[in-house]
Amino acid sequence: MSLVNYATREITCKIVYYGPGRSGKTTNLHYIYGQVPEDRKGKMVSLATQTDRTLFFDFLPLDLGSISGFTTKFQLYTVPGQVYYQATRRLVLQGADGVVFVADSQARQLEENIESFQDLHANLSEQGVDPRAMPIVVQYNKQDLPHELILPVSELSDAINFRGAPEFAADALHGPGVFETLRGISELVLRRLSAAGAAPGTAAGAGTK
Amino acid sequence: MRVDKRARFDNYVVGSANRLAVAAAHAVADAPGAVYNPLFVYSSSGLGKTHLIHAIGNQAMTRHPDMAVDYVPLEDFVEQLHAAIATGEMDRFKQRYGRVDVLLIDDMQFLTGRRETQSELLRLLNSLQGSKRQIVMTSDRPPAEIADVDERLIQRLSGGLIVDIGAPDYETRVAILRAKCEEKSITFEPGVIEALARVEFSNVRELQGALNRLAAAQVTDGTLTPAQVASLVGAPEPAPAGSPTAAAQNEFFSFLTDIASAVAAQMEPWKVRVGEAVAFWNGEGYRTRPLERLMQEAKAPDNWEALLRGFAQAVEQLRDLEQQVSTVDPALGGAEMFRDPERLTETAAFVERALAGAVPPAGPQAAFARASFEESASNQMAARAADAVIAEPGHRYNPLFLAGPSGVGKTHLLNAIGNELARRGGANFRVACVGAQLFIDELIAALQDGTIERFRARYRAADALLIDDVQFVGGKERTQDELFHVFNHFHSAGKQLVFASDVPPKHIEGLEDRLRSRFEGGLVAELHAPDRTLREKLFGRFLADARMPATPELLAYLAERSATSVRELIGTVHRLAAAAESAGAPLTLPIAKLTLEPAMNAATTPPASVRQAADVFFLDDEKIVWEWPDAAGRLVEELR
Repeated sequence: MSLVNYATREITCKIVYYGPGRSGKTTNLHYIYGQVPEDRKGKMVSLATQTDRTLFFDFLPLDLGSISGFTTKFQLYTVPGQVYYQATRRLVLQGADGVVFVADSQARQLEENIESFQDLHANLSEQGVDPRAMPIVVQYNKQDLPHELILPVSELSDAINFRGAPEFAADALHGPGVFETLRGISELVLRRLSAAGAAPGTAAGAGTK
Repeated sequence: MRVDKRARFDNYVVGSANRLAVAAAHAVADAPGAVYNPLFVYSSSGLGKTHLIHAIGNQAMTRHPDMAVDYVPLEDFVEQLHAAIATGEMDRFKQRYGRVDVLLIDDMQFLTGRRETQSELLRLLNSLQGSKRQIVMTSDRPPAEIADVDERLIQRLSGGLIVDIGAPDYETRVAILRAKCEEKSITFEPGVIEALARVEFSNVRELQGALNRLAAAQVTDGTLTPAQVASLVGAPEPAPAGSPTAAAQNEFFSFLTDIASAVAAQMEPWKVRVGEAVAFWNGEGYRTRPLERLMQEAKAPDNWEALLRGFAQAVEQLRDLEQQVSTVDPALGGAEMFRDPERLTETAAFVERALAGAVPPAGPQAAFARASFEESASNQMAARAADAVIAEPGHRYNPLFLAGPSGVGKTHLLNAIGNELARRGGANFRVACVGAQLFIDELIAALQDGTIERFRARYRAADALLIDDVQFVGGKERTQDELFHVFNHFHSAGKQLVFASDVPPKHIEGLEDRLRSRFEGGLVAELHAPDRTLREKLFGRFLADARMPATPELLAYLAERSATSVRELIGTVHRLAAAAESAGAPLTLPIAKLTLEPAMNAATTPPASVRQAADVFFLDDEKIVWEWPDAAGRLVEELR
C-alpha cells in the first residue's frame, strides 16, 4: 500500500494498534471515534465476540479532509490481542504504515506485554518487513489504575521498549494520552513520506507483497 | 425538473448573512442576462441556496412570461447527458438546453472529476452567455474550490458574480421561525421562538427540523414554555470553556493541525507537480506512463520540468493528429493511439498514411501513352531520358526536367512517363502527376483549411512525382517552399521526380536559386519545335487517325511546312479534314494546297511587316475563319 498517491492526490495511512489482549486497543479507537466531529467520522467497524473481546479487528476510518491539497485518510485498525488469533493479527498487520503498541501497565500483565511485543516483531519479519524500519510508538495504557496495581512508566519502558521507540503514558478510557499517541505515530509515519520515494518497498514499512 | 412554485422571494427571509446574495438574485431575476452573468451562489448546506435559485426562476417567469426558465440539479444534468450519449441523442440534448433563456443549475460541486460533463457544460455556458442568456448556479463552495474542474470552466464560472450566504444570525433565525410558524399556522407561547432561535443551529434546515419537533411536542404535551425548548431540541447547554467536550474538540483539531504541518513539511513539490500532471492528463483520458515512471524516481531528475513540458507537447501533437485524421475519417478519431504520448511516432506515421491514402494526388492521364509519342531529332534526347527514367525510376535522371515551348509534347511525355511508371510499378506504386497550378491551388486550400500536414502527407506518400507547367511556381514563395521540401523528400528517398516547363529552369522568372539548382541537378532535356521528320511522322499518324489516308507526296508537302508546335499540326489536320469533307472528296494534294495556301492570293495575306505587327491572335490558324461561303451562298443569305 502506497502511503502517498501523488496522482490521485491521496494520502492513506494505515495504523495498527497492536498489543496483548485487554490492553485497551479498542478503547483507544473508541475514544478517538468519540472525539471526531460528525462530518469527519467514518463508520467504525467492530467485530467483537460475545464476551466483547475483539474477534477479528476494529476498523476506524478517519477522514482528515484536504491537507496540502491531498485528501488525507487515516485507517486505524486493532488486532485481536488473544494469543490464538495469530493469523488475524498477521492479516491486519499487512500493509501497515505504522504500529502503536498498546501495553497494559498492570504489573501482572508485564509478561504478556513482552510476549506480544516479540510477537509483533516476529510477525513483521515474517511479512518481510524490517521491524526496525517500521514506525512504532509504545503506549503504556491504564495509567489511571491505582498505583499499587501498575508499574511506573520508567520500569515498563525498561522491560518492553528495548528499541527506544517514542512512548506515551495513557488512560484510553478517559482520553489522556490517546491523541498524543496517535499524533506520535502519525508524525513518525508522515516523516517517512519523502523517504518513501527514496526506497520504494522498504520505506514506510509497506508490507504489501 | 420544474421550478418549485413554493420557493419565492416573498417567503425568503433576508438577513445580514444573505442580503448581498438576495440583492444579486433580484437583479438577475428582473433582467436576466443583463447583469451578473453567470451568478454563482455558494454556501454550506441548508442555508437557502436552492430556495434562492428557485425564487430567481419564479420571479423571472413572472416578469418575463415569454422566457424559458429551466431548473436542473447538476446530478440530473449529468444523467440527462449520459442518457443522451447512450441513446445517441446529443443533438436533442443540446437543443433542449440551447433554447433556455434562464438556466438554473443547482449543486455545482458535483462537477468534481466529471470531465465530459465539464466540457459539455463549458460549451453550453459559452453558447448561452454568447447569446446573453442568464445562468445561475449554486454550490456548497466557491468555484475555485470545486476539486478537479477544468481551469477554463472555473474561469467561466467565476466570470460573473460570486456571492456567498452565511449562517443566519439570531434576528434572522427569529424571522425565519416566525415566517415558518405563519406558513404552517402554528402558535407558540411568547418567548418560545426566541428561545429556539438562541440555539445556534448551523443551518436553516436544522432550525426547521427543531421547529417541527417543538410543534409536534406541543400537540402531544400541550403548550410549551420557553424553558422546555433547549431540552426538547437536544441543544447542548452552553459549555463552559475548558469543559471536557471543548477540550476534546480541540484535541482532534490540534491533532489535525499537527498532521497538516507534518504533511506539508514532507511533501516534495516536484512530485506534487508531477502528480498533478498525472491526475490532469488522466482526467483528460491520456496515458501517463512516462510521468508515472518519473514519480518512481527517488530524487527529482534535473530535467523533470522539461519532461513535463515535453509530455504536454506530445499531447498537443496527438490532439493535432487526431483532429487531422478526423477530417478524413471521423471514425479514426478517439482511437487508443491518440491517447498515448508514448506512441506519438507510431501515431504520426499512422495519420500520415491515413491522410495520404484517403485522397491521393491526381495521377497521369491515361490518354498520353508512351507508344504514341513520336520521336525525332527535335525531341529525341527527352524521349531517351524518359525511357531511362521509366526503366530505372529514381536512379538515372532525378529530377528529369523537360523544357520546351508550348505544344511540343512535354505534357504528353510527362504523362507517358507517369503511365509507364504506374504500369511497371504495379498496383502499389503511386504516381502523382499534376499541373503546377493544381499543386498551388491545393496548397492554398490546405493553408486555408489548416490541413497543410495532410497536403504534405498526400504528396509524400507518392512513389513518383511529376509536375507539369512548373514555371507557374515562379514568384510564389510559399509554393516554392513546399515544393522544396517535397523535392527533398522525394530526392532523398530515391523517388523519381519529373518536371515540365516551357523554359529551362534558369529562365523561370522568380524561381528561387535553391529550387533552380535542384531542377538543374538532374537532367534538363529540351524539346524543340517538331522537325521535318517528326512532322511527317505526325501528319501520317494524324491523318490515319482521321481516316484520311495520305499519299507520300501529300505527306512530304505537309511536312515541308514549318510548324512551331504539334498542336499546330493537329489544327492543320482538322482543317484538311473539314476541307475534304466540304469538297465531298478524299483529301488530295490539290485540296490541301488550296486549303493551306490562301496566301496564293496575295491580296488576302497581309504583308510580312503587318503580320509581325499584328496581334498574334489574328494569325492563329485555329482562330481564323478559313471557309467562307461562296458568293452565291452569301447572296441567298442576304436576300432572306
